[in-house]
Amino acid sequence: MSSATNEEYYVPHGTHWPIIGSIGLALTVVGIANYLHDTWSATPIFVGLAIIVFMMYGWFGQVITESLSGFYSKQVDATFRWSMSWFIFSEVMFFAAFFGALFYARQYSIPWLDGASNNDATAQYLWPDFEAAWPLLSVPVSEKFNEATAVMGAWGLPAINTAILLTSGWTVTLAHWALKRRDSTWLVYWLFATVVLGFGFVGLQGYEYVHAYQDLNLRLDSGIYGSTFFMLTGFHGFHVTMGAIMLTIIMIRAAKGHFTPENHFAFEAVAWYWHFVDVVWLGLFIFVYWL
Amino acid sequence: MRFTKLTKPGSVFLAGLASLFTMPAVHAEYALNMTESVTPIGRQLYGLHMLVFWICVGIGVVVFGAMAWSIIYHRKSKGAQPANFHESTTVEIIWTIVPLLILIGIAIPATGTLIDLEDAKTDAEITVQVTGIQWKWKYTYVDEDISFVSNLAQSSRDVMKDPIGNENYLLEVDEPLVLPVNKKVRFLFHSDDVIHAWWVPELAVKQDSIPGFINDSWALIEEPGTYRGQCAELCGKDHGFMPIVVEAVSEAEYEQWLVSKKEEAAAAASAAEQEWSMQDLVARGEEVYKANCSACHGVTGAGIPGAFPAMTGSAIINDPDPSAHIDIVVNGKAGTAMASYKGQLNDVDIAAVLTYERNALGNSVGDTIQPVAIKNAR
Amino acid sequence: MSTEITHDTAHDEHDHHGPAKGLMRWVTTTNHKDIGTLYLWLSFIMLLYGGAMAMVIRLELFQPGLQFVEPHFFNQMTTMHGLVMVFGAIMPAFVGLANWLVPMMIGAPDMALPRMNNWSFWILPFAFAILASTSFMEGGGPAFGWTFYAPLSTTYGPDSTDFFIFAVHLMGISSVMGSINIIATILNMRAPGMTLMKMPLFVWTWLITAYLLIAVMPVLAGAVTMMLTDRHFGTSFFDAAGGGDPVMFQHIFWFFGHPEVYIMILPAFGVISAIVPTFARKPLFGYSSMVYASASIAILSFMVWAHHMFTTGMPVAGELYFMYATILISVPTGVKVFNWVTTMWKGSMTFETPMLFALGFIVMFTIGGFSGLMLGVAPVDTQYHDTYFVVAHFHYVLVTGALYSIIAAFYYWVPKWTGHMYDETLGKIHFWWSTIAVNVLFFPQHFVGLAGMPRRIPDYSLQFAEFNQISSIGGFAFGLAQIFFLYIVIKTIKGGVKATDKVWEGATGLEFEELPSPPPYHSFTQAPQVK
Ligand code: HEA
Ligand code: HEA
Ligand code: HEC
Ligand code: CUA
Ligand SMILES: [Cu+2]
Repeated sequence: MSSATNEEYYVPHGTHWPIIGSIGLALTVVGIANYLHDTWSATPIFVGLAIIVFMMYGWFGQVITESLSGFYSKQVDATFRWSMSWFIFSEVMFFAAFFGALFYARQYSIPWLDGASNNDATAQYLWPDFEAAWPLLSVPVSEKFNEATAVMGAWGLPAINTAILLTSGWTVTLAHWALKRRDSTWLVYWLFATVVLGFGFVGLQGYEYVHAYQDLNLRLDSGIYGSTFFMLTGFHGFHVTMGAIMLTIIMIRAAKGHFTPENHFAFEAVAWYWHFVDVVWLGLFIFVYWL
Repeated sequence: MRFTKLTKPGSVFLAGLASLFTMPAVHAEYALNMTESVTPIGRQLYGLHMLVFWICVGIGVVVFGAMAWSIIYHRKSKGAQPANFHESTTVEIIWTIVPLLILIGIAIPATGTLIDLEDAKTDAEITVQVTGIQWKWKYTYVDEDISFVSNLAQSSRDVMKDPIGNENYLLEVDEPLVLPVNKKVRFLFHSDDVIHAWWVPELAVKQDSIPGFINDSWALIEEPGTYRGQCAELCGKDHGFMPIVVEAVSEAEYEQWLVSKKEEAAAAASAAEQEWSMQDLVARGEEVYKANCSACHGVTGAGIPGAFPAMTGSAIINDPDPSAHIDIVVNGKAGTAMASYKGQLNDVDIAAVLTYERNALGNSVGDTIQPVAIKNAR
Repeated sequence: MSTEITHDTAHDEHDHHGPAKGLMRWVTTTNHKDIGTLYLWLSFIMLLYGGAMAMVIRLELFQPGLQFVEPHFFNQMTTMHGLVMVFGAIMPAFVGLANWLVPMMIGAPDMALPRMNNWSFWILPFAFAILASTSFMEGGGPAFGWTFYAPLSTTYGPDSTDFFIFAVHLMGISSVMGSINIIATILNMRAPGMTLMKMPLFVWTWLITAYLLIAVMPVLAGAVTMMLTDRHFGTSFFDAAGGGDPVMFQHIFWFFGHPEVYIMILPAFGVISAIVPTFARKPLFGYSSMVYASASIAILSFMVWAHHMFTTGMPVAGELYFMYATILISVPTGVKVFNWVTTMWKGSMTFETPMLFALGFIVMFTIGGFSGLMLGVAPVDTQYHDTYFVVAHFHYVLVTGALYSIIAAFYYWVPKWTGHMYDETLGKIHFWWSTIAVNVLFFPQHFVGLAGMPRRIPDYSLQFAEFNQISSIGGFAFGLAQIFFLYIVIKTIKGGVKATDKVWEGATGLEFEELPSPPPYHSFTQAPQVK
């Protein structure tokens, strides 16, 4: 927590990227909402997303230029560190909402539907045939949902994916060490390995989804088990994809020689993010697949 | 209390201000305070309410008194010189501990009351299942094979533009819930659609009815009388129009009522066997439609575009084959506000409202739907 | 030691230390004062917009019967009023104050991430445009209350619900970015010597608020995301038929919602803690206990959410726990009130407009707190819940609490911001007019609530007629008072008696002691040395 400093703090003057980003965001969400109601085609969504990508490209490009020009002092660096940490914390809380839903369903709503706690009448009058279980395959109103026929096991693909992600956490650390000893070759190699593992994870996850839909009839609309399963793993998979894309960019920048042992916060930020994704996966593996 | 039109703005301000300062004193005359209850638990709640209220008043007097004192005596215009003290761990500890003790004093009686309040099951003598439905209540006497729906009374619907003078405006129903006094009644709350909350202040019962789960609560009414309440959870358009009326009667009267209710049900069953004329069906159907359907589909059948379809000119209704029409009213449509009416209306009522829809509201299919057709469709 | 600022060379053509010209100045600005101004104006517009809807509510409730609006439209008014006031009026106002004040109070040149600061703001007009547009859609706008309980908002929600959901997502993104910025600024940009325990309380309370925001806005985002998938993709989070539970929605919502109400009051505590010592001419009593009390309130606020759900049929043990935790919050809040009163004790008080609003705050917020305590007593809350007693409670803490503190802050700092004194007579009129009106408006709601009037109803039975009429008249008077306030704001910006640098005789803090009125475009190009 530095308070005293005699360094310079860079204060940019004017920027048009945010307004472009806002337009992109607004177009995307309005596009999605209209698409859901069949009032618009999907095109506006893609235009919106393209604007967002353009904005990120421009904005980050500007930040990279400024960084390479040496505008950023230690104090600016500290700002970036605080910001990235708290951004990750906000992501943690986003996942917490879905984990909360998972725990609530397992600990409360499903047992209650079967008469636990003060819900004897619920079971007696409303759901006499319902039996609490986790993972929940037969839901109270089976006609309304596509019930899954089997549970997604933990020790097949998910275990392999766990190993992949843990390994990738290790390779990104190796890349960091390479960076610190100015070994740009291994830096890029290890980053490449991480990116491959990351996309490999996403690919296997996709394969698992196909398996779930085709063989197990485990779907997003299979009741609360399917809901929590796909929302948690889906958002996680999305984050892995984002992380892998960011790692790819970092790899390209590393190959261009953007980072020095003293100045490589972009690398570290992405590495933090990658570790965060890793930790979330462990939570998923334990609570969604295993226990 | 009669409704009087307050004309002069000045008098309104004065009335408002006066009410600020006379709160406890006049609560007998104006409804300023919590409704006093006719159940033992309600009386406990009232006591607890007054206890916490007076504690707050006490603390308020001390805090605002000290503030007023400074404002009056420590003002610059009176030549007050500022002191410079700005810390004292001792006082901070005192004004942490003392409120804490006060809170413990509140928590102890509150705990006991809460535990009593939640114990609906022990020694319950009568069980009534209460189902919230957009926008009415359905009551089922679990051990008696009696079940009926209670709607906002037509007398209130008719005067909504200018209700002044209408007694019990919005607090009257077509069929009240009848309960005996001095018996512990257990209520089982449940909903068919969204969350509602069944609330009768004098019974000190307010409990959410939630789709998919059953909550319970209880009342032991000690005085006969009519007790009125309202739905207390926002449940859509007509949330303000789903009142509750409880008639508490002596045990003998209650028994009598049970018998008459059962006779009514038997009469309705035999009526369903008969062939009905178009005229009778349409006449009866209009009543049923107004009470059950007009909230969504409109008194004239115009509906609300984007939310509730119009009945006038509806393809389903105007189809010469009535099966789809019968189906949507009998079974409802899952995932929409269109509820299943087989649990709410009897065969005659459904047949009547269908016939009405087909031959009124701007439609003229020209056929009748007989109660037997409904019976078969169930 | 000094902090100098550098700029990107691309902009060298024009003046470093003054703003660009024209509309694009506001669109592209990265300056904390400009962005603060934008936030404050947005918030004022939203106050008028939300207030206009409140006027519709009060008009319909003026007498029994349905005279002016349809029930469905009434529900939309209630819902949008709540949403707009909470997310549009109160929250942006505090972010605007933070933008203006935090850098000046800690001796920084600007916010830590000026570009992101711009984005935090410029998402909001889009979010509110989307939200407001729902009112014109087929089937109407959101009509399920600002708490949007499932399944009324999922299975039974109108089509526009999806637009509402995305508007909430955008607001969440904005709040999280804004909070990150504030935390980074406070932790990283303080002038030499400005230790944490020397920071003004406004800075402290905002630091804590920013943490609350980062912790709960993503949870709200999660809740609306689940709504979206329940509505369109067949998930069953809030549907018992698939093993979920409508009450689960309420748990997730209130895990956000309860901290949210403290998000709206903690910065207010900071404002009051700045104003009271100035006009009592005496240092704030118990600074460190104020800091600890704020932190305790924030921590407790995560543990009490289900006090909004005492009638949902939770198991008794849960209800007991949430009751105890809830009433416990009175203790740290009491510490704050007692410290303010003790600050006044043996002071040398004067009563300029900011002080009047601060005193009004203390009294009326405490009244609102007392009714909060009553609501916290679980068994009795089964009778208060969802009645106008609750409406009275939260308007006392929100209108005469949060809103009053914002108005007080305006009067207190506007001479610093603009260099002009506001018109003291008009300010005093504004205070007395508002304060009488607001009590006529909300005090009778306690009575009708206790007597049995549910909230969110467009029409009521005759026994509630008198008090509703009084309340409506108070409402119109209060609304007009805020139009009058708009006039005062514009008048002050346009001109007025020149303010001194210190503005108030008893003022302390870097913004008053180290900066001229108005302050330069970049507050501290040289970091001040804090003793
Ligand atoms: C700024 C916003 C704000 C603040 C600060 C508070 C503060 C408190 N609130 Fe409130 N509340 C709301 C905004 C706020 N609330 C809103 C918006 C709703 C409704 C939401 C909706 O449903 O739409 C609500 C609803 C609400 C409920 C749910 C009611 C219901 O729906 O049934 C409850 C129940 O416990 C509650 C309790 C409290 C308590 C105990 C406090 C405490 O923090 C108060 C503490 C303060 C004091 C007690 C006064 C000062 C203390 C002293 C002078 C010390 C000595 C005192 C004692 C020892 C008693 N609030
Ligand atoms: C966050 C802050 C906040 C603020 C500042 C206010 C301010 C006001 N509120 Fe509101 N209110 C809420 C938050 C707030 N409210 C919330 C969260 C709810 C719950 C919603 C729900 O149930 O879901 C609620 C609900 C609510 C209800 C209950 C509705 C119901 O249950 O159906 C009522 C009823 O009287 C009400 C009234 C008012 C009034 C008269 C004001 C006044 O203070 C407003 C004053 C301001 C103005 C009036 C603006 C200026 C004037 C004009 C633009 C011109 C028009 C002027 C005239 C015609 C004179 N509010
Ligand atoms: C709570 C609101 C509500 C009430 C009360 C209600 N309906 Fe409906 N009704 C709906 C909705 C919503 C639909 C549209 C369902 C859909 O999406 O297809 C509908 C559809 C219908 C349709 C099919 C119309 C068409 O053209 O698709 C008929 C017929 C109908 N209702 C008759 C009735 C009758 C008869 C009653 C009373 C006994 C009634 N409704 C009460 C909400 C309601
Ligand atoms: Cu049913 Cu409100
Ligand atoms: Cu709360």
